[in-house]
Amino acid sequence: MSLIQVRDIHKVFGRKADKAVEMLKEGQDRESVEAATGTTPAVIDASFDVERGEIFVVMGLSGSGKSTLVRCLNLIHRPTSGQVVIDGIDIGTLSPAELRALRSEKISMVFQHFGLFPHRTVLDNAMWGLEVRQVPMNERRTRALEALRLVGLDGWEDSYPGELSGGMQQRVGLARALATDADILLMDEAFSALDPLIRSEMQEQLVNLQQELQKTIVFITHDLNEAMYLGDRIAMMKDGRIVQIGTAEEILQDPANDYVEAFVQDVDRSRVLTASAVMEEPIATILRREGPKAALKHMRERQITALFVVDPNRRLIGAALDDDVIAAVRSGSGKLDDILHYDVLTVSPDTPLVDLLIPAAESRLPLAVVEDGRLVGVIPRVTLLAALGGSHRDAMEDQNAAVATATPSTGVE
Amino acid sequence: MNLQDVRIPIGDWVDAMVDWLTINLVWMFDGISDILGSLIDALETALQFPPALVTIAVLALIALFARNWKFSLFTALSFGLIVTMGQWEAAMSTLALVLVASILAVLLGVPLGIIAARNQAFSALLRPVLDFMQTMPSFVYLIPAIIFFGIGKVPGVVATIVFSMPPGARLTELGLRQVDAEVVEAGEAFGASPAKILTRVQIPLALPTIMAGINQVIMLALSMVVIAGIVGAGGLGAEVFRGVTRLNVGLGFEGGLSVVILAVFLDRVTGAFGSKASSRTSK
Ligand SMILES: Nc1ncnc2c1ncn2[C@@H]1O[C@H](COP(=O)(O)OP(=O)(O)O)[C@@H](O)[C@H]1O
Ligand SMILES: [Mg+2]
Repeated sequence: MSLIQVRDIHKVFGRKADKAVEMLKEGQDRESVEAATGTTPAVIDASFDVERGEIFVVMGLSGSGKSTLVRCLNLIHRPTSGQVVIDGIDIGTLSPAELRALRSEKISMVFQHFGLFPHRTVLDNAMWGLEVRQVPMNERRTRALEALRLVGLDGWEDSYPGELSGGMQQRVGLARALATDADILLMDEAFSALDPLIRSEMQEQLVNLQQELQKTIVFITHDLNEAMYLGDRIAMMKDGRIVQIGTAEEILQDPANDYVEAFVQDVDRSRVLTASAVMEEPIATILRREGPKAALKHMRERQITALFVVDPNRRLIGAALDDDVIAAVRSGSGKLDDILHYDVLTVSPDTPLVDLLIPAAESRLPLAVVEDGRLVGVIPRVTLLAALGGSHRDAMEDQNAAVATATPSTGVE
Repeated sequence: MNLQDVRIPIGDWVDAMVDWLTINLVWMFDGISDILGSLIDALETALQFPPALVTIAVLALIALFARNWKFSLFTALSFGLIVTMGQWEAAMSTLALVLVASILAVLLGVPLGIIAARNQAFSALLRPVLDFMQTMPSFVYLIPAIIFFGIGKVPGVVATIVFSMPPGARLTELGLRQVDAEVVEAGEAFGASPAKILTRVQIPLALPTIMAGINQVIMLALSMVVIAGIVGAGGLGAEVFRGVTRLNVGLGFEGGLSVVILAVFLDRVTGAFGSKASSRTSK
C-alpha cells in the first residue's frame, strides 16, 4: 500500500467553499466558479499516491496551488473535500491531539523561506520537533546534533539563524525536519530562495541524503530542471489541477497536453533523458559465425555501413565496417574475427545523454548500449541529436534511415 | 423641523445607566475598591517607607541593569533633585499609582490583544472600543470613576487603567500579527499545540512590539495619574494643581519637573527592555 494516498481532494478558500466544490464537481470551470462564489479554488480534484522511499515532485507555476496541496498532506490546510490517507489512516478523522502526534512523529516539513525561529540557536531550532514531543533533553540533543552533522552543520549549533548564509539556514531547516526521524518529508520550494550554485549543491546533498535515509519526500518546485533532477515521479499542476503525473522521461517524451509540452520545451534534456530513453532496437546486428558474406548481404539489404557482431546470447563482441567486410569477401576470408573492431564504445542504459555527446563524437559507430554485457540498444548520432533537440518522436519514425546514415564514411583506418 | 430642536438625551441615558450601576453593583465596586486600595497602599509604603537614599540606590541599580552607568548616574542625580525640591513623597505616591495602574492595564490589555490577534471578529469589535477609550478626553473618565469609587486614589487608578490600556492591546495584536506566517506554520507543522506556539514562538517574536506597547501604557498612565491628582488622587498631580490654584509658579514648576524626571526614567527603562528583546529576536 502506498504511504500517502490522496483521493479527490479539493481545497477552496473563501466562505462559500462547499458550494464552490459542488460546482466544480458538476464540471464547471475554475473561472466561472470563482466569479460565481467569490472563492479561490486553490486545489481542484487532486488524486495521487506516493510510494515509500520515493521523491514525488509537485511542479507548477506560482499560484498553481502547490503550497496549498502540500499543506493538505499534514492538514495545515484542511481539504474542503476528499481524503488524505497516510499509512492507512484517513488523517481527516484524527482528533487534534492525534493530528499533532502525527505531525511530530510521521511528517515533517521544510519551508521556502526556511521558517526558522530567529530567537533560538541552530541547535534549539533543530530540537524543536523533539521538544514538542517532549523527548528527554539528552536524547533531544543527541538526535538534533546527529541531524546537524548529517546536513554538514557540525560546529554551528550555538549560532543564531540570522548569522548564517541562506544555504546554511536551509540546512538548519532540513536538520530540524530530519531530527524527528519522520518518514515523510514535505519540502515546499525548499531550494527556491537560494542562489543557483548553492541550490544545485543542496539538490545533490538531498539526493545523497535520500540514498542513505530512504525518506518519502514530497518536493514542491516551480523549476522544471529541479523537478526532473530530483523527482522519481513528477505531478504537473496548472490552475489547481494536476494535469499529468509521470517520470521525467514520460513527461518529456509524452506530454499529456499542449501546456505540458510548452512547459517542457526549455528543459535541459541532456541531463534528464538517459540512454535507455532514446536508444533504438539493435537491428543492425549479426552473429559472429555468419561470416563476411552474410555480413555484406545484411549491409546491402538494409543499406547500412556497419554491423554489431554478437554471440547467440546477444553478448556484444565487436563491430564490422563495410570496407573491411568487402575486402574480406574479395580476399576469400571466411571469418569475421579477422576484421572485427573490438574497441566499440559502450554505454549503460542509465547514462544521461549529456555524457553520450563526447563518445558519440569520437566514435565512427552508433553507440552500443550494453547492460550486463548484452547489447540492449544502439544510439546513432542522429538519434542523439534529435532527442536533444526535442524531436525524438520524429526521429523514431525515421529510425532505419537514422541507423543507415549514422556511420561517417570518412573514418580513418 | 430644525435639527437643532431635536435633542437626543444621550447624557440622560448615561446618567440613568450610571445610577443603575451604582445602586445594583455597589458590592462589586466596593470589592474592587478594597483590593485596589490595599495594592496602592502597599506599593506606596514600599516606596516611601525606606530612606529616600535607599530607594534612589535601588532605582539607580535598575537603571544600571537596564542601560548603563551614565543613565544610572542620571537617575541618582535627578531623583536626588526631587528630594531636594521637597517632592519626594508626592513623587513616590505618583510612581506607586502609575505602577499599579500600568500593571493592571497590561494584564488586561495584553490578553485582549492576544485574543484579537487570533480572532478576526473579536478584533473588529475591539478596535472601535479602543479608539473610543483613547480619544475620549481623559477627564471624562474621572466622572464615573468618582461616582463609582468616590474621591481618592482608587478612582484615579481606575480611570488611568481605562485610559492607558489601549496601546497595550493594540500593539500586542499588531506584534503577534506581524510574526512571519511561515515561522508560525513551522511551529504548527511539527505538531506544537496552539498554546505552545503562542508562548514559544509568537510572543517571543512579538516581544519588541509588545514592549513598545507597554512603554506607551506606562507613559499614558503617568499623564493620567497626574490629572487624577486634581480630584484627590494626591501625588505630584496635587502639587501641580496647588501651584495652579495659588498661582504659585515655583511650586507648579517643581511638581512638573518631578513628573518629567519620572517620565524619563520610566520611558528609558521600559525602552531598554524593549530593545533588549528585539536584539535577541533579530539576531
Ligand atoms: N490562506 C489562503 N487564503 C486565501 N487564498 C489563498 C490562501 N493560500 C493560497 N491562496 C490562493 O490559492 C492559490 C494557490 O496558492 P498556492 O498554493 O500558494 O500556490 P503556489 O504554491 O503554487 O504558488 C492562489 O491563488 C492563492 O492566492
Ligand atoms: Mg508556494
